[in-house]
Amino acid sequence: MIRLLMILGTILVLGAGAGYVLTRPRPLPPPAVEGLVGDAAAGERIFWAGGCASCHAAPKAEGDARLVLSGGQRLVSPFGTFVVPNISPDALDGIGGWSLLDFATALKRGVAPSGENLYPAFPYTTYTRMEMQDIADLKAFMDTLPPSGRVDEPHDLPFPFNLRVALGPWKALNLDPDWVIANPPSEAATKGRYLVEALGHCAECHTPRNAIGGLDLGRWMGGAPNPAGKGRIPNITPAALDWSEEDIAYYLKTGFKPDFDSAGGEMADVVANMAHLSDDDLAAIAAYVKALPPVANGGS
Amino acid sequence: MRLSQATLSAAVISLLPGLAPAQDYSFNVAARKGEMDLMAINTGVLGNMAKGKTPYDADAATAAAANLVTISKITQGLLWPEGSSNADMQDTKALPKIWESYDDFLAKWDAKAKAAEALLAVAGDGVDALAPALGKLGEACTACHKEYRQPDK
Repeated sequence: MIRLLMILGTILVLGAGAGYVLTRPRPLPPPAVEGLVGDAAAGERIFWAGGCASCHAAPKAEGDARLVLSGGQRLVSPFGTFVVPNISPDALDGIGGWSLLDFATALKRGVAPSGENLYPAFPYTTYTRMEMQDIADLKAFMDTLPPSGRVDEPHDLPFPFNLRVALGPWKALNLDPDWVIANPPSEAATKGRYLVEALGHCAECHTPRNAIGGLDLGRWMGGAPNPAGKGRIPNITPAALDWSEEDIAYYLKTGFKPDFDSAGGEMADVVANMAHLSDDDLAAIAAYVKALPPVANGGS
Repeated sequence: MRLSQATLSAAVISLLPGLAPAQDYSFNVAARKGEMDLMAINTGVLGNMAKGKTPYDADAATAAAANLVTISKITQGLLWPEGSSNADMQDTKALPKIWESYDDFLAKWDAKAKAAEALLAVAGDGVDALAPALGKLGEACTACHKEYRQPDK
């Protein structure tokens, strides 16, 4: 009996070891960033399209204060509360000390310079689809922003969600650089797909999640419970949203809905980001949204 | 003696907000919803011009912007009595936070008033002048809705 337990224990340990080896954090190889030179002016567009300020600006920041990426917002989720880190260019308390390779590894692989897995509250399942040049441009722009000396606080996560090693298998299931919408019907919708699926991370709220917090790709943008508790995030597929492309683009630019009620809640921050994009980019996002496969209401 | 005791009890009870009978503020809520609808109708005149849905008309644009300025001048206190949040009653999305930071709430209304005045100043100058000013008004609307209105269910 003891022998049997020992054998079982050995299998378990070996299995866990093999699982770790198969799913351990994998930084990008150095050649990935070779020859890349960032353009800060181009990076500003990536910054707003990527929605970085929505989470990384200080709580309640408005206007230019949204460019100070001090962190400090508390994101409530079913897995615990995440405290958003300082990603300002401060060398000590922010990410000013990160190389381009470190930065690209975080965005595309969800791995910190320390080699630890990052939590997917940071939407690297979206950013993994970014072009390397856009990553270089984004870093060049973020390096121009004001530094903040705010010191990071630990996340407030219960066991087992406080084990970063468990994110390895999670990533194996959920970190996929393939496009969700394989064949957008137009050039505009294809451009919109990049803005949404690689940068805007709309799906993080508008798509429901499975039991382990991965996005249910079969109900892409079909609406979901609000992770912060109250209410639901709406279904924005054509099954539920009948706004025209112009209406969608104008809403993202100004916050005004077709009936001229205006955005509130988390979408107010999204509009504050999107208002910095060109009309062409907003039209592209609208074309993509209109081309989404319809998802009927009523799922989880 | 009995009377004064009753008076005293009533006075004590009225000092305890939890025990005081809830006031019916449904008329105040209807009035502030009407105020929001008035703003939406006038913003719509301008917004549909900015979107290109309706042709630009300087007189209509100026009249709509002037209405938005007029609405901004309505004193807000009567429409937002304490005890009329979505925690107190049905059919309102007004968050209790309004009364926890009432000065900021009023400051956001004033910011919207300034955006409406800036809009009126350019509403007659063509759609290219109007559109960015309308965008600023939108910023003021969302800034307040973000903090103080319950998101849709």
